[in-house]
Amino acid sequence: MPEAEPVTEKDPKQQRTSHDPDERGHFGPYGGRFLPEALMGALDELSAEYDKARLDPEFTGEFARLLSGYAGRPSLLTEAPRFAEHAGGARIFLKREDLNHTGSHKINNVLGQALLTKRMGKKRVIAETGAGQHGVATATACALLDLECVVYMGEVDTERQALNVARMRLLGAEVIPVKTGSRTLKDAINEALRDWVTNVDTTHYLLGTAAGAHPFPVMVRNFHKVIGEEARKQILELTGRLPDAVAACVGGGSNAIGIFHGFIDDPGVRLVGLEPGGKGIETGEHGATLTEGTPGTLHGALSYLLQDEDGQTIEAYSISAGLDYPGVGPEHSWLKDTGRAEYRAVTDAEAMEAFQLLSRTEGIIPAIESAHALAGALKLGHELGEDGHILVSLSGRGDKDVDTAARYFKLVEDV
Amino acid sequence: MSRLAQLFEGTRAEKRAALVGYLPAGYPTVGESKDLLAATIDAGADLVEVGVPYSDPVMDGPTIQAAADTALRNGFRLRHVFEVVESVASRGGRAVVMTYWNPVFHYGVDRFARDLAAAGGLGLITPDLTPDEAGDWLAASDQHGLDRIFLVAPSSSEERIALTAKATTGFVYATAVMGVTGARESVGASAADLVGRTRKHTDLPIGVGLGVRSGDQAAEVAAFADAVIVGSALVTKAADGTAALGALAAELAEGVRRPAVPA
Ligand SMILES: Cc1ncc(COP(=O)(O)O)c(C=O)c1O
Repeated sequence: MPEAEPVTEKDPKQQRTSHDPDERGHFGPYGGRFLPEALMGALDELSAEYDKARLDPEFTGEFARLLSGYAGRPSLLTEAPRFAEHAGGARIFLKREDLNHTGSHKINNVLGQALLTKRMGKKRVIAETGAGQHGVATATACALLDLECVVYMGEVDTERQALNVARMRLLGAEVIPVKTGSRTLKDAINEALRDWVTNVDTTHYLLGTAAGAHPFPVMVRNFHKVIGEEARKQILELTGRLPDAVAACVGGGSNAIGIFHGFIDDPGVRLVGLEPGGKGIETGEHGATLTEGTPGTLHGALSYLLQDEDGQTIEAYSISAGLDYPGVGPEHSWLKDTGRAEYRAVTDAEAMEAFQLLSRTEGIIPAIESAHALAGALKLGHELGEDGHILVSLSGRGDKDVDTAARYFKLVEDV
Repeated sequence: MSRLAQLFEGTRAEKRAALVGYLPAGYPTVGESKDLLAATIDAGADLVEVGVPYSDPVMDGPTIQAAADTALRNGFRLRHVFEVVESVASRGGRAVVMTYWNPVFHYGVDRFARDLAAAGGLGLITPDLTPDEAGDWLAASDQHGLDRIFLVAPSSSEERIALTAKATTGFVYATAVMGVTGARESVGASAADLVGRTRKHTDLPIGVGLGVRSGDQAAEVAAFADAVIVGSALVTKAADGTAALGALAAELAEGVRRPAVPA
């Protein structure tokens, strides 16, 4: 009888797919690590731990259990026929990340990284947040897993998302308003990085989007891949075929990369990212990084970036705090250059119109971030015509945005 | 021999550490930053680090962040950094540039190196560029005869110290503590330990920065390092003008010249 192969630990590299970055985190020319040497040890440790965890049934099992038993996955796929009447007759399907615990897709990545934090024996978690969704999700996971939690949030955002500040504090997190720079998401990340450099021994930086230095972009993507994998199965069951296009909003790019990856090997499915066009591209007040930016480094990765002639970061603008970011995850830059995905800008006005339309036609109030994807889908519908099928990542719910919407639509006196 | 190597040959012959002073170009204005750098050199700094004000300085604490904001608000443009370096070189001073990577990347790595060399600059310190991502800069620095100063940190593994030291020329920049720039009460034991670990991998001079603010601290660091690097404390004094700045620089220069007493 031939001897059995000795059981060896599986080489993490065998797990790599053709869509994974190289060893040092490059998607084509993008990605990599552009951060101080002081953080390289922590990034190496994180990479090594993640490479082990992703192959460890104990870790993947616990992650799956939390997603189903705590976050409420799988999330529904809902067809939106009344909304689709405004989309040239195409059929529109919503992947309901708004129904997850804490109200957005952010919880997927947060649970994964919080479990990793435990595995690494770290007790303190820091995070940045824009809209507050990532901060709330992080505070939630830290409460669940008994981790100390500090959230950095731009002062502008603490004002426009005051309810989420209260939620984080209710959950036991410390929220630190960031008063430097543009006082939005970009500066919250700067401040979190400064904290991390100082406290890296005890602290994990739980980055909330598929951007930053390696391994964050690939790791965050993989924690969100469940969105696309579920959606692909659900839409095949429901319609018997793949959609013609998948639409998702792009801030840093995590919900988009998560849903895109369910379809990335289906060449017939168009992948469309919708960026915040703000007050209109021509006004300069927008956050349309892939549409208008050029390659540069920010927050640890080389990617498209909004920058001036001197390579200084330009402040982004969007009505939506979660999309108000001048950078973008490096894999999106690569998908843009290779042509596998396309990126378009949606203005504040278009997004708010879609926000109201979905509320009134389907009884679903979306996050303003997600409303950008909905506005993109309305346009795509007209381009695709009657037989078109469009899958939309409804990345979050709009409860946090009621105040902004009330002001925008003048729904109540004196707000 | 590079001009930085000559500098350290000189200070080693004098059995003392070099004093390296950091100030941002364009702070508070381009013209005043030239005067402030001149005052620092006149008071005894052996080398100045000319900082490039940047929108997202993740390695910097409040003092240098605020100075960068002021410089940018007062109209600092990247091309001014060459003008400031030239002002140092033309009066016989030595300057390296300290910059986050994106301004260099965006300007064009080779073009930046060419213009820096033409202005009389000696090299670049790159706080958010490690040798892992520095292929273009290694080539450009060789091409234009510039030194490339990379950083090591208390958290650096032996492998990373070896890799960093191998890619570095001029001197190795050892960050004394885990954290961002800013004057501190003490620079801590981790600095001496890091210098010791780094010496095992290189004969290059080693400079220690982050936190030094007084002549006594400079003397303490000079006992185990080849250069004492001072940033935030000088930037704070710069707000009070050239005389105040010169007085602190002179105190620091005296500190690095005190006979080394083993700590
Ligand atoms: C509901 C929702 N969607 C989308 C985003 C944008 O992030 P990303 O591009 O990483 O999905 C955010 C960010 O806060 C969000 O809260």
